[in-house]
Amino acid sequence: MDMASLPRAVELASPGARNPRWHPGGQAALHSEIFAPAGEASGAGAALALALDGLRARGNDADAGASAEERSILWVQDKAARRLGGRPYRPGLPENLRHRLIHVAAKTPEDALFALEEGVRCRDLACVIGEVAGNPRALTFTASRRLSLTAERHGVPLFLVRLDAETDLSSARMRWQMRAAPSAPPLWNPAAPGHPAWQAQLFRARSHAPGEWILRDGKSFLAAERLADGHDTHGEQPEEKVGNMALVGGNG
Amino acid sequence: MASCPEHVKERRIMAIWACELALDRWRHSEDCKPGEGADEQPLALITETAHGPRIDAANAAGQAEGAARGMMLADARTLCPQLQVRPSDPAGDLAFLERLAIWAQRWGPWSAIDAPDGLLVDVSAVAHLFGGERRLLADVAQRCAARGLSVRAAIAPTAGAAWALAHYARPGAIFSQQDDITNRLADLPVAALRLDNDVLVVLRRLGLKRLGDLAGIGKGSTGRDAIHRRFRNRKSPSANPLVRMDQLAGRVPEPLLPVIPLTAALVQRRLLEPIRHRSLLDRVVQDLAADMARELEGRGEGARRLQLGMWRIDGEVLLRDLELAAATRDPDHICRLFAARLDDVDAGFGIEMLRLRASWAEPLKLGQADLEAAAEEHGTSLSACVDRLTVRLGSDAVQRPILRASHIPERAQGWQAPLEAEPVQQEELAFHARPLKLLDRAERIAVLYASPDGYPRRFRWRGDLFDVARVEGPERIAPEWWRERGSTRLRDYYRVEDATGRRYWIYRAGLAGDGRGGEPDWFLQGLFA
Repeated sequence: MDMASLPRAVELASPGARNPRWHPGGQAALHSEIFAPAGEASGAGAALALALDGLRARGNDADAGASAEERSILWVQDKAARRLGGRPYRPGLPENLRHRLIHVAAKTPEDALFALEEGVRCRDLACVIGEVAGNPRALTFTASRRLSLTAERHGVPLFLVRLDAETDLSSARMRWQMRAAPSAPPLWNPAAPGHPAWQAQLFRARSHAPGEWILRDGKSFLAAERLADGHDTHGEQPEEKVGNMALVGGNG
Repeated sequence: MASCPEHVKERRIMAIWACELALDRWRHSEDCKPGEGADEQPLALITETAHGPRIDAANAAGQAEGAARGMMLADARTLCPQLQVRPSDPAGDLAFLERLAIWAQRWGPWSAIDAPDGLLVDVSAVAHLFGGERRLLADVAQRCAARGLSVRAAIAPTAGAAWALAHYARPGAIFSQQDDITNRLADLPVAALRLDNDVLVVLRRLGLKRLGDLAGIGKGSTGRDAIHRRFRNRKSPSANPLVRMDQLAGRVPEPLLPVIPLTAALVQRRLLEPIRHRSLLDRVVQDLAADMARELEGRGEGARRLQLGMWRIDGEVLLRDLELAAATRDPDHICRLFAARLDDVDAGFGIEMLRLRASWAEPLKLGQADLEAAAEEHGTSLSACVDRLTVRLGSDAVQRPILRASHIPERAQGWQAPLEAEPVQQEELAFHARPLKLLDRAERIAVLYASPDGYPRRFRWRGDLFDVARVEGPERIAPEWWRERGSTRLRDYYRVEDATGRRYWIYRAGLAGDGRGGEPDWFLQGLFA
């Protein structure tokens, strides 16, 4: 057994230490689910941003980073997702991903799940991004658990974007609710749209406390700005919640 | 004049002319001997041309009645109304000639095709194996007669001379190494130089009918210069009689393209008892894949395309093709891919033979076997993953986006197979902002309110109302006039962001009053991240 994975005494003493807040650049979960509206590209954009953030974090702390830079990424879409949100467009992709995208146009959600599982099983892929619209019958808890186990066994991160979907049962390690947020105005033309920004709510995670952030995608980094008002009441650590309430009370 | 250099004299080239190749093939298909059975009646092989059917070959009875090669069928019918016709088959003749060329390597180390109906075999220093050149030619005549081919063969130091002898000398002619080629061939017609028809017409009009005439000119420098000037623009040997003459005499080398047989790796199993069940079929396919792996390993190759043929008892043949993204010879991988293809096989009364053929193979270095445990541990390789996806979803479903040379956004992106090399492309301009996703078809939106400077302020898309908070544009993209109709309208693209932060790429098709339609329409084409 790996001794490093055991909790340390300090962590056992304070309840919040082993369950820290999510922050960009941390160790990303291998199976994430992102719920997003179908009429915007915020789900796919945030999935790419989180994936790149995870790759950068892995590249920093491991020597595998150099080879990860040149591995392909797999983007799987089912037919409904293609109809609602269109296909990936190469000139608009992040610059270091443009030449290594492999796109899979699956007809049915079953085919899409098959492609996701095959992709997660492949050692030569940097990450796998899936887009499935709605709540298809094939995407049951068993199917998502299959994906989780395969992803964790082979170490390939999987980001499953759910367009216009109910938050049903799933074994994803991190579940996000994502929607677009107003972008920061660019320096030279404040009337123009700027770098993408999303309002991200982490509502279920195995290793992190829930929370809500504004994610901003710089070209080479991901910035997260925590929203102070506590929409996220469930699963909150007690003392944090008190702090938030005090802050709100102080403001009001 | 030493017309033949020393190094040429050691070469011995045998030309074989199958003078009635098309007719011989027809007789073989009819299973009759020359002049017997179906061959008794006058018959011609024809091709359809723009001016009507033309005769390619006529048999002996037909020639006796007046039909000849190159004649229009209508002309031949007036001479011989009972002339039978069959379509000729030049592609089949060429394929047959290829097989014949490989077979002819029994007489020499390499052979070349001399289209449309001849072969050239290099027999330098091999004649003694057959007991001399005379016996070699007798052997050729005997073996070809046994195959039902009428041939004329000749041996000479150069390919040109051998060809001329085979076509225009008596059968079985041999040039010994001491002979002076130009002197001996002086009496042959100029057609023996393998020239194009229009060149032959020119030579006939000049009064140059025999090789001797041309060779005589070659001696006096003025005559040769005159001929050279007349043909100075003709670089191809078949259009320039002087080049052909030099090739025939061996003063100019004549490169020939040898035929090299390639055999596809093939393994097969004949079954003692016909199989009707899937489990047994899988077992046999596994055995075949293992055999194929061994076969390919011996050659140092990996398969790119595999064909599995299943012969049923009732004579039906079922074929399943498999194309692989990268060369492989991993039996487990091959079995796994075939398993998806064998679901709809109807075994009928049973399958009695299976054959696996690698019709396209590429060099693949020997490597350490990817053990099954290792694959479980470390995952599959990219090419194996692409293969599995392609087999289930089809090759159109697994693709990689590439850039195309176009300004129109939907044409700027193309798709290709994922593991192919990327075509060379000019880089994108960095100041062009492009959306993350592009809709398959731009969707029409209704702009409810636009500010006086042309910026859209409020629009409706898919039933939702969007209030534009920020906008950048226009980026004007003109239609590609070399591709589209003249009435195509230009596009003004705007990047917009609405009050809640949703970012889109919308465009206005045309300008008000551009004379290419009424009020311009608005479309939404892309979604920004």
